[in-house]
Amino acid sequence: MTQYVFYFLSFLAILSALMVVFSKNPIHSVLYLVLTFFAIAGHYLLLNAQFLAIVHIVVYAGAIMVLFLYVLMLLNLNVDAEPVKKNWVKFAGVLSGGLLMLTLVATFHKAETMPLIQDNPEIGVTANLGKILFGEFALPFEISSVLLLSAMIGAIMLSKKEVKK
Amino acid sequence: MGTLQAIPLNHYIFLSVILFSIGVMGVLLRRNAIIIFMCIELMLNAVNLLMVAFSAHHGDGSGQVFVFFIMAVAAAEVAVGLSILIMMHRNTNTTDVGFLNKLKF
Repeated sequence: MTQYVFYFLSFLAILSALMVVFSKNPIHSVLYLVLTFFAIAGHYLLLNAQFLAIVHIVVYAGAIMVLFLYVLMLLNLNVDAEPVKKNWVKFAGVLSGGLLMLTLVATFHKAETMPLIQDNPEIGVTANLGKILFGEFALPFEISSVLLLSAMIGAIMLSKKEVKK
Repeated sequence: MGTLQAIPLNHYIFLSVILFSIGVMGVLLRRNAIIIFMCIELMLNAVNLLMVAFSAHHGDGSGQVFVFFIMAVAAAEVAVGLSILIMMHRNTNTTDVGFLNKLKF
């Protein structure tokens, strides 16, 4: 049962990732990316990482993708205005991406095929991750709050219109 | 929950590799800066998925905490990146990365 869910989610993720790259309309790209993120959240659920699955949906599908959609509509980019690249540039892009994939797959091809064993299925629940996050990783957690604050200030400063003197 | 999943760890590696390569391909193929951003997000997510898989395999929660931090950094990156993109659109009236060639050698 788990296997079928895994292969279905993988197929969905790869297909919608391809559609992100190849669809003409940027709005469609964003919606397909949301679909990819939901598939990846399903993978997290399969791996017993419930907390990360929820955070992934909330942060990515809820916040980041809405930001993307907002910017697309703010800039009125929902028409297909992208200039077409030359054919040989497209070919070179697909070729280099494919070669990268081929290299990595060939590298991991000989790796030992062992089934994924979950010794402790409880590590992904919120209580356990919270203990790790606020115990061992308390300082990085605080630093990431400073990072988010500086990103917020930076975003406001960058998108503010310059006042003419 | 069963402790043994029937899925080999290799398949997670292959899935992540494929998703990462699609992201690289998108960055190379597209000229719209927003699509390039989305492909970068795709690559980040491929790495996240692999990290969660290995974290579950080793029974160590630190990997999942790393993924949490990566999500925080991605959120910050998107906020700054999209405001740079709005600046770019305000100055050049396009989001085509081909127009930003002042630094080109």
